[in-house]
Amino acid sequence: MDTHTDTGSSAGAAADEDALIRLDGVEKVFDVRKKTGFLRSERREVRAVDSISFTVARGEMVGYIGPNGAGKSTTIKMLTGILTPSGGHLRVAGIDPSRERTRLARRIGVVFGQRTTLWWDLPLIDSYKLMHRMYRIPDARYAENLDRCVELLELGALLDVPVRQLSLGQRMRGDIAAALLHDPEVLYLDEPTIGLDVVSKVRVREFLRDLNAERGTTVLLTTHDLSDIEQLCRRVMVIDHGRLMYDGPLTGLHEIGESERTLVVDLERELPPIRLESARVVKVEGPRQWLAFPAAQSAAPLVARIAAEYPLVDLSVREPDIEAVISRMYAEKATS
Amino acid sequence: MADLKERDGSGSGFGSGSGSGVGRGFVLPHGRSRLVDGLRTYRLIAWMWIRSTMAYRASFAMTLLGNFAGTALDFVTILLMFSRVDELGGYSLGQVAFLYGLSSAAFGLTDLTLGSMDRLGKRVRDGTLDTLLVRPAPVLAQVAADRFALRRLGRLTQGLLVLGYALTVVDIAWTPVKVLLMPVMLVSGAAIFGSVFVAGGAFQFVAQDASQVQNSFTYGGTTLLQYPPTVFAKELVRGVTFVLPLAFVNWLPALYVLGLPYPLDLPAWTAFLSPLVAVACCALAGLAWRAGLRSYRSTGS
Repeated sequence: MDTHTDTGSSAGAAADEDALIRLDGVEKVFDVRKKTGFLRSERREVRAVDSISFTVARGEMVGYIGPNGAGKSTTIKMLTGILTPSGGHLRVAGIDPSRERTRLARRIGVVFGQRTTLWWDLPLIDSYKLMHRMYRIPDARYAENLDRCVELLELGALLDVPVRQLSLGQRMRGDIAAALLHDPEVLYLDEPTIGLDVVSKVRVREFLRDLNAERGTTVLLTTHDLSDIEQLCRRVMVIDHGRLMYDGPLTGLHEIGESERTLVVDLERELPPIRLESARVVKVEGPRQWLAFPAAQSAAPLVARIAAEYPLVDLSVREPDIEAVISRMYAEKATS
Repeated sequence: MADLKERDGSGSGFGSGSGSGVGRGFVLPHGRSRLVDGLRTYRLIAWMWIRSTMAYRASFAMTLLGNFAGTALDFVTILLMFSRVDELGGYSLGQVAFLYGLSSAAFGLTDLTLGSMDRLGKRVRDGTLDTLLVRPAPVLAQVAADRFALRRLGRLTQGLLVLGYALTVVDIAWTPVKVLLMPVMLVSGAAIFGSVFVAGGAFQFVAQDASQVQNSFTYGGTTLLQYPPTVFAKELVRGVTFVLPLAFVNWLPALYVLGLPYPLDLPAWTAFLSPLVAVACCALAGLAWRAGLRSYRSTGS
C-alpha cells in the first residue's frame, strides 16, 4: 500500500527522487483528558497537525514557522520518528520515520535549541567521541568531519572545556557540530538561535549557509526569529492551528501578510513628522521618529532620502515579528 | 529482540534507499542483534556517566561511603533483633543472613545496572526523552544506563558481605547441585528484580509520577525477601509466589540449599524454576516496555 500511494501522486518518479521529505495529508490527533472532578474526566480530541502536505527537495533550506502551539514541533517529531502520525503518509529519505526510527536516526541530525545533547560535566570532545562510537562513524570520516566543524564553528579552544562552562552560544555551536558528525542528509534545527548574542547568531547562520551550499545538506529549521529565515531560507512554510497557511518565498509572505518593517530615526532635534510617500510616521517621541514601510521594500532608498533631507543622527531597522505577520495573514484569509 | 525482526524484515527499503543518499552515508551494520546493540549502547553510556561522576571525585567517595553505611545499618536492625531472640520464624541468625545476603546481592546487582529507570517519568515530563529517541540505539538501553552510578556498588557489596558471613556460620550440606544453584540464583534473582524495574519504567510512560509505586515493589520486595517466609501471612507468600514471583529470587532456591521446608508445601523441584521464571518475567517486561514506548510515541508528552 505504501509504494502505491507514492507512485500514485502526479509528481512522477523524477520528482520523487528529489523529494527527500514527503508529507501527504499527515495528521496528528491527541487525546486530551481534562479533569472535571474527582476520578472524572472529559476526553477531547486536539488536532495538533491537520492534514499537512508538502515536499522538501534534497539540498533545500526551509524555514518552518508559526506561533507557539501551532504544530511545528509536532511535525518535527513526526519527521524524526519520535511521534507516530495518526493519519496520512510520511517519508524521509524513503523511510517511514515512526516504523524505522533507528535506521532513520543514522541519516538525520537533530538540534533541539533548548535542550543540549552534550555531556554536561565532560569536556566537549568526549561528547563527540560518544557520537563517533554510537553512530559507528568510520574513523577517517569522523576525523574529517570533526576537523571541519571545529574550524568553521571555532570550537578548537573549547574541545577540552567541560560543557557546563560553555556559554549558550558556544554550547549551541557544540550541539550543531554533534549533530553533523555522522554526515546526516537532513538537519532539523529547533530554534537554533534562541537566546544567542548577535555574534553567535551570525556565526551559526554563516555555518548553516555554508553547510547547505557546500555539502548540500537539507536543512529544516523552526524559529521565532524572522531574520534567521531572511538570511538563510529561500522558502518558508507557515503553520498555524495545525494547518499549512503558506508555502513559498519569504517576500511572498510579506506581501500576503502586508507586513511592515519599522525604521527608527534619531534626528538632531525635535522636528515635525517626516513626510515621505513610501513610508508613514507611526510615532514621534522628541527627536526620535518611527516610520513604517512595506517589508518587501528595500530600506536603502528610504534611508538615503531621509539622510539627504533631514539632520540624521542615527537609525535602525526593526523586522516585523512573526506573530504579527501571521495574524494579519489569518485575518486576510478569514475575510476573503 | 522482537524489534529486530521488524527492522530487518522491512529490508526491502535498504536497496531502494541507497539510490542517491547512501553515497554520503556509510555501510549500515546488518544482522547485529538488538541485544548486542543494546549492551554496547549501555556500556558506552554507562562509561560516560562514570567519567562524569569522576569529575567530582570527593563527592563520589562520600556518596559511595554513605550508600555503603546506609545499607550496612539496615543489617544491624536484624542483628539487634537477634540480640533479643534466638530464632525468627524458626530461622537462626545465620539462616536469615543467608536469605538477606542473597536478596540484597541480587537486588544490588539490579540497582546498579537499572537503578535509574525511575527517572524515566521525569524524562517523559520534561521532554528530554526525545533526545534519546533520535539516536540510532535502543531506547531501553539508553534509559537503563542513564545516570549510571558506581556508588550503587555499596548495596551489592553489603549484600555479598552478609552472604559471606552467612556461609561461614550456617551449616550447609553442600552438593554440586547446591553449589551451582548459588550463582544461578543470584543472576535469576537480579533478572526478576530487573523485570520489575523495566515494567515499572514502562508504566511511567502512562503515569509519569509512578516511580514511587515501582519503588514499593522493588525496595519493598527486597526487604520482604530478607526475612523468612514463615513470618509472613500465607496470603502474602502466595502473592509473591504466584502473582509477582519474587519468591523465586531467593526463598525457594535458598530453602533448598539450606534444607529447610518450603512455604505453601510446594514440591522440591520448584527451587529450580528460578531461571525459567526470570526469563518469563523479562519477556513480559519487554512487552510492557514496548507497549509503553508505543503509547508515548502515539500520544507525545
